[in-house]
Order: sequence, then C-alpha cells, then structure tokens
Amino acid sequence: MTTKRAPASASVEHILDIDALIDDRDQRIIVCCGSGGVGKTTMSAAIGLRAAERGRRTVVLTIDPARRLAQSMGLEELDNEPRRVPGIDESAGGCLDAMALDMKRTFDEIVEAHSDPERTAAILANPFYQSLSSSFAGTQEYMAMEKLAQLSKQAQAEGTWDLIIVDTPPSRSALDFLDAPERLGSFLDGQLMRLLAAPARKGGRAGLRVLNIGVGVVSGVLNKILGAQILDDVRTFIGSLDAMFGSFRERADATYKMLSEPGTSFLVVSAPEPDALREAAYFVDRLSADDLPLAGLLVNRVHRPRATAITADAAAAGAERIDDLRSGVDAEQRASLDLTAVILRLHAQAVRRFQREQRLVDRFTAGYASIPVLMVDALAQDVHDIDALRDVGNMFTTEQA
Amino acid sequence: MVPQLHVVSGKGGVGKTTVAAALAIALASNGGRVLLAEVEGRQGLAQLFDVAPLPYAEVRLAPASAGGEVVGLAIDPEAALYEYLDMFYRLGPAGKALRKVGAIDFATTIAPGLRDVLLTGKVYEAVGKRRTGRPQYDAVVVDAPPTGRITRFLNVGSEVSGLAKVGPIRAQADAITSLVKSSRTVVHLVTLLEEMPVQETADAIAELEAADIPVGRVIVNGMGTRWFDAGQQRTMAAVVRDADAMREESSEVATTLKTLGMARPVGSAKALVDEAVRHCARLEQEDEQLEVVLALDPHAAQLPWIVDGIDIAALRELAALLRAEGVVS
Repeated sequence: MTTKRAPASASVEHILDIDALIDDRDQRIIVCCGSGGVGKTTMSAAIGLRAAERGRRTVVLTIDPARRLAQSMGLEELDNEPRRVPGIDESAGGCLDAMALDMKRTFDEIVEAHSDPERTAAILANPFYQSLSSSFAGTQEYMAMEKLAQLSKQAQAEGTWDLIIVDTPPSRSALDFLDAPERLGSFLDGQLMRLLAAPARKGGRAGLRVLNIGVGVVSGVLNKILGAQILDDVRTFIGSLDAMFGSFRERADATYKMLSEPGTSFLVVSAPEPDALREAAYFVDRLSADDLPLAGLLVNRVHRPRATAITADAAAAGAERIDDLRSGVDAEQRASLDLTAVILRLHAQAVRRFQREQRLVDRFTAGYASIPVLMVDALAQDVHDIDALRDVGNMFTTEQA
Repeated sequence: MVPQLHVVSGKGGVGKTTVAAALAIALASNGGRVLLAEVEGRQGLAQLFDVAPLPYAEVRLAPASAGGEVVGLAIDPEAALYEYLDMFYRLGPAGKALRKVGAIDFATTIAPGLRDVLLTGKVYEAVGKRRTGRPQYDAVVVDAPPTGRITRFLNVGSEVSGLAKVGPIRAQADAITSLVKSSRTVVHLVTLLEEMPVQETADAIAELEAADIPVGRVIVNGMGTRWFDAGQQRTMAAVVRDADAMREESSEVATTLKTLGMARPVGSAKALVDEAVRHCARLEQEDEQLEVVLALDPHAAQLPWIVDGIDIAALRELAALLRAEGVVS
C-alpha cells in the first residue's frame, strides 16, 4: 500500500507531480526555468532520465553543465548535437539523448544554412558577427530558443523524440530566457541598425527627421565613441544578412509562439532562498500574464531533517543534558555520549535551517496558492554518474512505499 | 594614503554581493569611509541593506564603528554614458534625441567593451576622488560581474582596442588599465565548496594572472559547520562505510535518547545517524574542494554558512570574520 507523503509545507495545497507530467504523452516540451545557481541543469537532466526510463523518447538540451554531470551523461564531446546517453534502462521503450548548447556553433549553423559558402565565410569572419555570436547579452538565450525550435522540428518531422526537456541559460533573471531573444531580435532589426547600415545620405532620413536630428549627428557621435571600424563592420554584417533570411525578430517571435502551444509546460526551478524565490515569483507572474502554461514550482536544495520526532529545542536541550551525564562514566561511554550530543546539535541546526526554508516557501505559496509545488532535498554531493542522477529523479515521487 | 580598490567576483549564486558588503563593512570598521559599488543593475545592495533602490548617486548605506561608514553606489552604464557625452562633447538637447532613437542603448550594447569602460570609469573616478585635500574614500569595493566575465570587465584597455583609437574613451581606458594592473587593485574571488564555482575560480585566477591583474584572496563562503572533532570524524567515517558500525552507532544513540526520555528513541536514533552521515558526505565533498581551493590560495578565507539568512547583523558578523581571516588588515 502506498500513502501520500504529507505536504512538505503547511500552505502547499497542491503537490507538483513530475511523474504525471512526464507520463502525459501530450506533453512534448518541458522548459526548466529559474535564476542561476538553483540546479536547473541537474533537474533537467534528472527529469529527462526519469522520463526516458518511464518510456518516453527524450532529448535533454542542457546549457553549460558541470563537468561531472556532463561526463555522467557521456557529454564530454560538446559538438552541439544530441548524443545517446549510455547506461540507462530502455526496457519501457524510452531512450535518452542529451546535448550541451554551443551558442556560437548554433549561430554559425544558422548562417551556414541560409547562405552560400562564400558569403558564410565573410559573415563568420566579420568582427561584429564574432562579438555578436560569442559575447553579446542575450545571444545565449536566443540560441537556446533557436536550438529548441530545431529539435522540435526534428522531433515532429522524423519522430526522433516525443519529449524535449530544455534547460535555460544561467541568467541573473529567469525572465531573460523569455525576453532576451526578443530584445536581441528587436535590436538587430531596429530602426537605428537599419539607418546605420544604409549608406549615409546628406541631410538625414525621414525616420530621424521627426526628431529633428540627422543621421549625420547620430553616426558622428557613434563614430566618436565607437570608432568608424565598428560601424563599418555592422554595415557589412547587416548587408550580408539582409539578403539571407527573414528578420531576427520574426524568428524569435515564431519560437516564442511555439512555447504557448499545447504540449509545452514551464517548470520553475528555485531554491529556498529569498533571491531565488523572488525571481521565481517574477517568472510565475510573467507566465500568467503571457498565458504560458506553468506546470509548477520545483524548490530544489531543501534540507529536510530525517528525525522528524525531535524538535530543535528538544535536540538542543538533550545535548545540554548529555553534558551532565558525562561525569562518572568511563572514557568509551563518554565518547559515545559526546558523539550523540554533537549529532543532536547538528540536528537542532538542521531543523532551524529547514524551518527557515519552509517559511520562505510558505511566503511564496501564500501568494500563489493554486500553483503545485514540490520540495526536493539537497544532494549531499554533486552528481557524478547516472545512478546519482537517477536518485535525484527518485526524489520526484510523491508516493512513499 | 592611496585608497585601495577591492574587486569582488565569483560564480553566480555564491554570495558575491554578501561578501562584497561584508568586506566594505570590515574596511570601514577602523573609521574609514568606504564606497561599495554595484555594476550589474540588479539593486542587490538595496535588497541586502534593506533600503530603497539606489539612485545613480552615492548614498549612505550603513555606519561602521569608530565613525566609519559604507556608502553605496549603483552604477548604470547608460547614465554614465550621458555624463560622459556631456562632459566631452557638450551635446545638450542632442543627447536626449540620441536616447530617443536608441543610439545610447545601441552604443552600450553593440560594444561590450564600451559598457565596461563606462562602468569601470565610474569606479576609477571614485578611487581618484578627493575632498579637502585627501582622498574622499579610504577604500572602494566593487560587487563585480561574475567570474566568467571578470577579466574582460577589468581588462578594458585591450577590450576597447577595436573602438576609437583616440579620444577621451581611449584615454580613460588606458588610465583605468594602469589602475587595475597596479598594486592599488586586488580582485577577490568568492566561491562555495562545490565543483562548478571552484572550477570557475581556478579559471578566473588563471585569466586574471595572464592579464597581469592582481589577484587578492579566494573567499570560501557558506561552509558547513565542522561539528565533529578528529576522533568523532573517524567514528563517523566508519559509520559511513560499514553497515554494522552504523547499526552499532544507532543503538548507542538510541540508548542515550532513552536515558534522556526522548520520544521514539529507536526510530529517531536511526534518522539522526542518517542525518549525520549525510552531513559527513557533504563535508567530505567540501574538504575535497577545499583542497583544490587551498592549492589556488593557501590563505583562502573561510566563511561559515549563516543559518538564519543574511541581514545587517549577519553582515557585521561576516565582516569581523574577514578581519580575523586577514582579508582586511
């Protein structure tokens, strides 16, 4: 017989059921969002593995995985293509492919796909393109979306996968994943970019006339600040791209639209820390404002004590009393008592920590009572093999034997 | 005396802002006036010190002992660029128009190096600021970009090499470079004892050294409490390895819990030992990573994990520890 585990927290009304999510065959894309440092990549990988072993043909797109996590999935070679993960149980008919995003490579591939070799070479060698594809704010998010669109297309056309799990870039803000592609697209398609890309004409152009300054003033100032070379590079870049394919913004918009189609769910990953939960709240608000489907909140790195019958106060008091029992016993017994006292003090601290974590999660759920929440225990050690990753997935279960 | 510039970096999520703030308090505790600057537009300082969002101006954040104080500044690249354009080009209303057509946004976005010159330029200005014949600040602390970007952020001289070859930006970049590569600057790296942040710390040190930027201390944040003494650690190591030893330890704990009259002694004892074992596993990983850290910096400072979260009192506690660890003399 199985029993439902008691809600992790007094005010958590709905428990997030990851298994139900991944068992739902209509669910084709799961996007794991959240601020940096909450364990998004590990969670994405663990969900992917669990889905695969429960019979889904799954691909996980990870961003910047830790070395040992990458190794545990056989991802040492980061060639921007999904690779089969060895060592998983495929008896339920599922399988797991995994890849780590290479944003520059993804960008290069877009250029290659839309251009002849000669022009491709010119673009790849353009200094502005090089900085755009490797160090621009937003490029990683844009390319993650791009890769997701590619995988989704491939999944539908070739039937390669029936579930795509997406990790998102380690931005400061979880919202960046949604906003950065659009921002970058608007910037690249923007009025100013076009104006600068066009050969400067005397007297300026209509767009700027409205503002009573000419192109001359704008490019004059920019020339002074940036130097003529950069503007030249931009002009060449825009010139070569223009003929190639539709606008960057349209591309970003198309992918964004895909996210609101049925079959996509967002999973917000957080940690029981004020900053991470604040970011999670911003993100949840945004999903609801944009009508994007939220599966729930996964609070990772929770430190749940095991000895639930002993309160922090009882543990601390017990440790104090042990100090009184020490006199008049032999050395061996004393050592045993001392160790128990330390274990009790450790427990008292653990309970206090967990109470704080619960308070923080409660504060979140007070504002979002309808959102399913799952609290997942912190790992004692970094994931370094498939078994450890499977153990993470086992913590998703809402039922206990 | 020449003010010192302390740059604090680290992987996202390691407590960079917390450590920068604690460092500023530590530096101010001798009666010094310390500027604490943030450059990432996230208002982390306002949240940490529980004050209203910081404007683009210096604001007093906290007093320190002996008349010292910490002054906060949130540096915004766009505002810095305006200031700059006004100073050197006297644009007047054309400046506003430039903003309207997105030229300012364009300039700061298109050349990441430019953004960094503007941000570090403000820091440079603060370090050089004088009032009544002496430096206005005794020290400047920067809550800097994360490890992945820190070298590029500081190494503006080479980053703007693609930009204008002459003119005020170039001149300023060169001045910043000479400050950043001098003994007046130190870059501290904050890390947790986990694989990713430690690896990034090692990478950042190598990059900073290659760029001739002085590396200060590695500061380990959030270390678990070392509850066990050497003998107890040996016992626990046996418990972790050996099921019999674990059963034995559980029964000893159960006996003591019974003596203490605690509820459900047997079940609780097993659970308590399980907690202790997990704690040991966590510490084992921390020790493994600490070894890596100590190879990078034998004098790495070690800050404990704060159970009840970070507030001003916790910042003062961490500041005292940074002094005890010799990060601040």
